[in-house]
Amino acid sequence: MMAPTTDVLRVEDLSVAFQTRGGLVRALDRVGFTVGAGQTMALVGESGSGKSVTAYAVMGLLETAGRVTGGRAFLGQTDLLATPPRTMARIRGRRIAMIFQNPRAALNPIRAVGKQIADVLLRHGGATRSNARDRAIEALRAVGIPDPARRAKAYPFELSGGMCQRVMIAIAVAARPDLLIADEPTTGLDVTTQAVVMDLIGAMARGSGMATILITHDLALAAERANRIAVMHAGHMVEEADTATLLARPRHPYTARLIAATPTAAGSLASLQSVPGGLPDLRQADRLHCRYAGRCERRQDACDAVLTMRPAAPGHAVACWNPL
Amino acid sequence: MRAVLLRLAGALPTLCGVVVVTFLLTRVLPGDTATYFAGPTASAESIAQIKASLGLDRPLPEQFWRYGVALVHGDLGMSLTTGQPVRAEIIARLPASAELTLCALILAIGIAVPLGVAAAVRQGSWIDHICRVVATAGVSLPVFFTGLLLVYVFYFRLGWMPAPLGRLDAFATPPHAVTGFFLIDALLARDLVTARAALAQIVLPATTLALFALAPIARITRASMLAVLGSEFIRTARASGLSGPTVVVTYALRNALLPVVTVLGMVFSFLLGANVLVEKVFAWPGIGSYAVEALIASDFAPVQGFVLTMAVLYVLLNLGIDLLNRAIDPRARRGA
Amino acid sequence: MTSTSTINATVSHIRFVLGENPVTLGAAMLFAAFLVMAAAGGVLAPYDPLASDTMRALQAPTWQHWFGTDQLGRDILSRVIVAARVDIGIALASVTLVFAAGGLAGLAAGFFGGWVDAVIGRIADNIMAFPLFILAMGIVAALGNTIPNIVLATAIINFPLYARVARAETMTRREAGFVDAARLSGHRDGALLLTQVLPNIMPIMVVQMSLTMGYAILNAAGLSFIGLGVRPPTAEWGIMVAEGASFIVSGEWWIALFPGATLMLAVFCFNLLGDGLRDIVDPRRRT
Ligand SMILES: Nc1ncnc2c1ncn2[C@@H]1O[C@H](COP(=O)(O)OP(=O)(O)O)[C@@H](O)[C@H]1O
Ligand SMILES: [Mg+2]
Repeated sequence: MMAPTTDVLRVEDLSVAFQTRGGLVRALDRVGFTVGAGQTMALVGESGSGKSVTAYAVMGLLETAGRVTGGRAFLGQTDLLATPPRTMARIRGRRIAMIFQNPRAALNPIRAVGKQIADVLLRHGGATRSNARDRAIEALRAVGIPDPARRAKAYPFELSGGMCQRVMIAIAVAARPDLLIADEPTTGLDVTTQAVVMDLIGAMARGSGMATILITHDLALAAERANRIAVMHAGHMVEEADTATLLARPRHPYTARLIAATPTAAGSLASLQSVPGGLPDLRQADRLHCRYAGRCERRQDACDAVLTMRPAAPGHAVACWNPL
Repeated sequence: MRAVLLRLAGALPTLCGVVVVTFLLTRVLPGDTATYFAGPTASAESIAQIKASLGLDRPLPEQFWRYGVALVHGDLGMSLTTGQPVRAEIIARLPASAELTLCALILAIGIAVPLGVAAAVRQGSWIDHICRVVATAGVSLPVFFTGLLLVYVFYFRLGWMPAPLGRLDAFATPPHAVTGFFLIDALLARDLVTARAALAQIVLPATTLALFALAPIARITRASMLAVLGSEFIRTARASGLSGPTVVVTYALRNALLPVVTVLGMVFSFLLGANVLVEKVFAWPGIGSYAVEALIASDFAPVQGFVLTMAVLYVLLNLGIDLLNRAIDPRARRGA
Repeated sequence: MTSTSTINATVSHIRFVLGENPVTLGAAMLFAAFLVMAAAGGVLAPYDPLASDTMRALQAPTWQHWFGTDQLGRDILSRVIVAARVDIGIALASVTLVFAAGGLAGLAAGFFGGWVDAVIGRIADNIMAFPLFILAMGIVAALGNTIPNIVLATAIINFPLYARVARAETMTRREAGFVDAARLSGHRDGALLLTQVLPNIMPIMVVQMSLTMGYAILNAAGLSFIGLGVRPPTAEWGIMVAEGASFIVSGEWWIALFPGATLMLAVFCFNLLGDGLRDIVDPRRRT
């Protein structure tokens, strides 16, 4: 067994619902996972499976329509879900930070990027008015932006997507947080830039012992970058294991399907299969049983019972009544 | 600086258009002017004679040329009723109108922007409902009527305000003219009594105008603030833990002001028009009431001079709005 | 068959929206009331709106004269009712005029593009370069102080708005591609405009009409207030407020109040109705 790591984030039984015109959408149901110090944990699942909602709930950034209906999220000793908004504002950016897809839109279009970094440094990083500018330039240099003094005066529309994502990373790690949540950080960037951005996130994490949650719909990316992988489907956590185990011996039929749908260096394109069927409607009242059952070829009568995560092996949990 | 000059050059065609339209308006009524000059008993011959002396019998292009030359020399013609050059009277009266309009604009922005921001930040709250009512009711107000209502309540009933009779009451002397704005000039002269008197006179007309201009500003502030608050970069700002005021003011409001600044063009169009009506209600000695008096007397040169002045002012204001927009938005700055 | 069912669907949709939105329903009923006033004002008015009676001048509201009497002893209620025809008539006429002219110009600009678009755009820009009410003043002063000229001036200052909306809508339809499809199947330009584009931009233009009705009334009343257009003794809301203005400072509030409040109510009603209609036609632009 690996050396035990201390948990940076431990999420337990997180449930989230959205109030919509069409009724209550139960977007998350009893989601749980842990992230250890220095680890990279990937949250994977097709679009709409609840990955972003999980991140927003932990950050305390759900839109007004969304509400946490149960669960805990411990960052060290603090339950983030029970923390009042004012205190959360001090934790965000300082102990837990987040970057997003579409980095250009995620930056303030009419504020120079150096100033945007300085804002965060002034708020969390102990910078003073007099040295904020220099420290912002330093932060730009640290994320590998050439000629940082000049770039600090640039506006987002003057920078490439990859550059903008570097700025986002500089903002996120400015206060040396314990945990970085990266929500589809490379979606929309071209392939070489993707690799550069992921390398940068990895280097930042190694340098400071920061834990990372990598949210992606791309299992191949997760396989390449993460120590552990947690698979989500329709607001349920369905399987969690270390990367090698999960890829070699998936226990949940959905995970197996995802793996089969992922192009690898070894497999040919012809062997690719998409996951059949679509996500179920989350507005129905009874959402505690398996939400994959409607698409599953291994479905049986037992699947109608309430679903929970159960250990399949040490360090490997699965939520399935008829696992592989 | 180059950008400013470029913009100025860009406004030239608009200015030319304004001059052409105003010219056409003056030429639609040549018969009237000549008849008026000649008096009611004039014969056809004497009317023709007057036409010739005014140059009204020449071909249109030539008339336009003369008109343009006169304009370049700042000649807007003479007022028949007062016998004064129109230009001098307009220049003398312009500060009164400008002071009133500016006070109203500052008042309107000072109320409407915070109201719109509060409505957007607390969407669905009572302040949001107030904002919506103000936005719909405000544009429905006939300014001349709201002005009268305010006079009735605050002058006749409550007696809090002086009679609606111009910029200063009969006992006060105007301050030594520096800017032409009584409020500022009185303060410059450290004459607090006059400043107070001038303030008391301007409160009601400025409020009347402001009530009217408030509505579009509040409406657009609320809408654009809502759009900005829902945008991705605000989510980033929140995710970075920036404080509430920083997020709302430095990040959201500055972005939301871009559409507000753009809509100021329309607001000015409304304000300059409404100004004429308010000046009439409050006997405000500005260029609006000058034009109205001339209109009633069928004295057309002042009316034309007034229309042209207002149009030129409006073009310049739009230019200013454009420059303000560039000052706020780096994309507009670097784009062109 | 199909047309009946689409009409039914539309009617039920409108009913749904009105049911959702009692304010719009109220505005629609008020609008109907104003239309009745405009159509049958003479019958509804309790007194002759022009008959003066100096014995009864400047009377505050009583049971005989609900809105009081003016400086010539005329019944203000009767004058307010009769004035509806003048004010609403001017507004309707000018809005109809600009609906036709601005709509067609915008249609042509959006459909043909090129120099047609350039010329129409230039005209619209030239109008927009003026503060609109002041341009209207200038036009009426130049053309002469008559009601038709007020109608014309009000139409002219609204022209850019209508032309722009019609142009934008036309361009969207053209880009949507079904015009090209129709052209390929052998339709000529004129026929295309009338059969394919015009019906599609109609709803948004009607919304535009109701949104500008209020502004048109305000504009006409404002012009009358400063002595342009309608002249005494004709009953018209703007003039009546002007006549009452000098009595406000001596406390005779009713002369200006009732016509002014009626004017305000009418404009408010049109604006609410316009907002409501827009929600029906184009729910996306809800604010
Ligand atoms: N504002 C919202 N209103 C209603 N439902 C929402 C909202 N945001 C998210 N959801 C629900 O949550 C589900 C998960 O969304 P999300 O977390 O964004 O998926 P992803 O895994 O692609 O990041 C969506 O499919 C939707 O059903
Ligand atoms: Mg997502």
